[in-house]
Amino acid sequence: MSEKHIDEISGVSTTGHEWDGIRELDNPMPRWWVWTFYATIVWALGYAIAYPAWPLLTSATQGVLGYSSREEVRKELSAADDALGTYRAAIRDKSVEAILADDQLRSIAVAAGGASFKVNCVQCHGSGAAGSPGFPNLNDDDWLWGGKPDQIQQTIAHGIRFAKDDQTHDSLMPAFAEVLDSAQIAQVSAFVVSLSQPVKNGSLIEPGKTVFAENCAACHGDNAKGNKELGAPNLTDAIALYGADEAAIAAQVRAPRMGAMPAWNARLGDTAIKELAAFVHALGGGEK
Amino acid sequence: MQDQDITRLDAVATNSAANRQPLYARRKKIFPKRASGSFRRFKWIVMAITLGIYYLVPWIRWDRGPFAPDQAVLIDMANRRFYFFFIEIWPQEFIYVAGLLVMAGIGLFLVTSTVGRAWCGYTCPQTVWVDLFLVIERFFEGDRNARMKLDAAPWSFTKLRIRVIKHLSWLVVAVLTGGAWIFYFADAPTLAVDFVTGNAAFIAYATVAVLTATTYTFGGLMREQVCTYMCPWPRIQAAMLDETSLTVTYNDWRGEPRSRHTKKAAAAGASVGDCVDCNACVAVCPMGIDIRDGQQLECITCALCIDACDDVMGRLGKERGLISYSTLNDYDANMAIATRSGSCSITPERVRKPDGTFSDKLAHFHIRKLLRPRTFIYFGAWSAIGVSIAFALATRDRLELNVLHDRNPQFVLLSDGAIRNGYTVKLLNMVPQPRTVVLKLDESFEGASMTVAGDDTANVLETEVVLEPDRLKTIKVFVRADPEVLSGTSRSFSFVATDPATGERADYTATFNAPEKLK
Repeated sequence: MSEKHIDEISGVSTTGHEWDGIRELDNPMPRWWVWTFYATIVWALGYAIAYPAWPLLTSATQGVLGYSSREEVRKELSAADDALGTYRAAIRDKSVEAILADDQLRSIAVAAGGASFKVNCVQCHGSGAAGSPGFPNLNDDDWLWGGKPDQIQQTIAHGIRFAKDDQTHDSLMPAFAEVLDSAQIAQVSAFVVSLSQPVKNGSLIEPGKTVFAENCAACHGDNAKGNKELGAPNLTDAIALYGADEAAIAAQVRAPRMGAMPAWNARLGDTAIKELAAFVHALGGGEK
Repeated sequence: MQDQDITRLDAVATNSAANRQPLYARRKKIFPKRASGSFRRFKWIVMAITLGIYYLVPWIRWDRGPFAPDQAVLIDMANRRFYFFFIEIWPQEFIYVAGLLVMAGIGLFLVTSTVGRAWCGYTCPQTVWVDLFLVIERFFEGDRNARMKLDAAPWSFTKLRIRVIKHLSWLVVAVLTGGAWIFYFADAPTLAVDFVTGNAAFIAYATVAVLTATTYTFGGLMREQVCTYMCPWPRIQAAMLDETSLTVTYNDWRGEPRSRHTKKAAAAGASVGDCVDCNACVAVCPMGIDIRDGQQLECITCALCIDACDDVMGRLGKERGLISYSTLNDYDANMAIATRSGSCSITPERVRKPDGTFSDKLAHFHIRKLLRPRTFIYFGAWSAIGVSIAFALATRDRLELNVLHDRNPQFVLLSDGAIRNGYTVKLLNMVPQPRTVVLKLDESFEGASMTVAGDDTANVLETEVVLEPDRLKTIKVFVRADPEVLSGTSRSFSFVATDPATGERADYTATFNAPEKLK
C-alpha cells in the first residue's frame, strides 16, 4: 500500500492506488446513498429474523413470523377448492346431461374436464383429442360405443375391453383369416370401402356383398351401419379407426386389431369423469 | 533549471476544494410578497379553473342508462373501462388516451415555443398548489414583512398557535387533494361515504395518505426546491426556448445603470436608467431570484416581477415594461441600440428621444412574431392528432367481432364425409345496452353451415346471439362444409355480425382448413 496521497488539483485524498498513472479520488459516498445502504442492512437483519432465511443442514430457520410459501400455496389451493365447492357438489349430484344443460356448470365442467384430459387422456387421444389410427378422434361424430353424455361417461368410467372392470365394454371381432379365403377377403373389403367411397375394381363389390351378408351382418347389421351395443363400427361412414382403404380394411378382416381403454373410475372418481364426459361431449361431436 | 521554461498560469479549477459548490443547496427561507396586476390576476383565474376542475370533476354526473356508471369522468380499473362524458374507452382503445398524451406533449412544445415556460409559471400543479399554500400562509401570518417578523420572533404561544393553524390548514388542503384523486377511480358519492365510515379499500387510504404527504411536503415545505432540484422539466423546457420565444426579461438597456437616488445622480450629470433598485421584483418572486441577473434556471416565468415592477414604474410616472415578456431577438436589438452594438456601456439616453419617450427604433413584440414555421409545425401536428382522434372516435365500432381458429385439430372429418372446423368467436358489445346480433357466414362460402356449441342450433346459416351490455361474449362455433366446395386445403370466408336494430356490422375473415387429399 502506498502512503496517503492528496490530489493536487482538487485537494481531495486519493484511494492510494495508482493504475497507469491514474489515481482515484477518495470522495465520500453521497450521504443519502450511505443511509440507504445502512437502511438495507437493517432491513435485511429484520427480514432474516422475521422470515425463513438461514439454511440449515436439512431445512432452514423458520423465522419468527412463521411464514411459509408452501403453507401459502396450500391455503390458496384450498380457498380455490372452497370457491368451486358448490359447483363441484352440483356436478357430483347431477347427470352429465343436466350439467351440459346448465350454462355455468357446463363451462366449469368443460374447463375442469379439459384439465384432466390433458393429464390423463392425451397420451392416447392426442392433445387436441384428434386421436390417431387405432385411437378414436373424439372431435368427430362417429361413436363406437355411443356419443350421448351418459354413454361417454360409461365408456370413460369403465373402459373398453378392460378385464379388471366387470362393466367394461367388451366385444370381439373374430379373425376371418381362418374362415374366409383371400379372394373373399378382397371382395368383402372392396364392398365395405364402396359403401363410403369409390373402389378401383368394381367387379368385386357384388360378390363382396354376399360375403358380407353371410359373415359380417350379424354384428355390423344388414345395412352395415354397425351396432353401438356391441361396439361394432358403422362401416358406411367416412371414418375408419384403423384406416379406410381396401388394404387396411382387408387387414382388419383378416386379423382384427381391437384397442383397449382402461377404466378410469377407480383412479379419477365420479366427479372428474363427469367433467371429462362433458368436455368430450362439448368437443363438437357429442350426440343428443 | 527546466523550471524557467515553464509558464505558470493563474488558473483555478472550478471544483477546487476551496470553492466547491454542492449539487444541492438547503432551502433558504423565501417570503414572497403579494403581487397585484394583470399577470397576478391571470394567475388567480388559472388557479381557480385548474383547482376547480381537479376537485369538482369527479362529482359531475352523466346518465348512461341502467347498465353503466353515471359518473362523467371515471377510470374504472376493476372493470377496465374509462368513461369521459359521452366517450367510453375499452382497454384496447387506449390509443385514444395515448393520442391525448401526445397532444399534451406537442401542446407543451407549442406553448413553450411561443410564450416560453408558461406551463411552469401558471398551470404546473406544483406552481398552483404552492400558490394555494401561500394564500393560506398569508391569511394566517400576513404578508412578507409580517411573516419575516414572525419567523424571526422567538417562540411564543401566539407564534405556536399561528404556525399550528397554518400547518393544519395545509394538511386539510393536502388531504382534500389526495382525497379528490381517488374519486376519479370510483363512484365519488359512494366512495366518500365508504371512506369516512372506514369501509373503503386499503388502496384508497394508502393513495390519500401518499398524496397528502407529497402535497404537504412539496407544496408547503419544499416549494421552489422541487422546481430547482427535483423536476426534470425546467431543463427540458428551457432548452426548448429559442430566440423568438417570449420570456420574462429585465430590460437592462433602459434600466441600467440603476440608482437608488435617481434625482441626485441625474442632477450630478450621471447617466441613470429606469431601475430604482427598489427590489420589488425580488420580493414578489416565489423562486426567490433576482430577474435582473438575467435568465436563470429557477425562473418559472410567472411574471409576478413584471406586475411588481409595473406598479413601481406607474407610481414613478415612468413607462411600464422595465421588466416584460420579451424575446431574445428584441432584447438583443434594443441592447445593441443602447450600447451602440456593444461598443459602450449601457446608455439609456440612446434609447430615448429628447422629450423622454422611447425611441421609435426600439423593437417591440408583435403578435405576428408568433406565426413562424416552428409554431405552425407544432400547431399542425397538434391539430392533426386532435382531428384524427375526433374522427376515429366518431367512426369507431361499437360492435366488434374477433375469431380464433382452432389449431388442434385443424379440421375434423365427419362421418358423412364433410369437414368441420372449430372457431372461438368473440363478440364485443361496446355500448351499455343489451342487444341481440345476428351472426352468419358470408354467402360466398357455398354449402357451409354452422353449429353453436351448447346451443340447440345445428347446421344453420345464421344464428342470433344475445349480448350483455358493455360486455364481451365468447362462443364456440363449428363450421362444416362439404368437400366438393373446397377447392384446396384451405379457403377463407367471413363471419359477419349485424345488429338488426342499429344496422351496425362487423366482420372477420377466417380460414377454413381441409385435409390435403381433398384437392
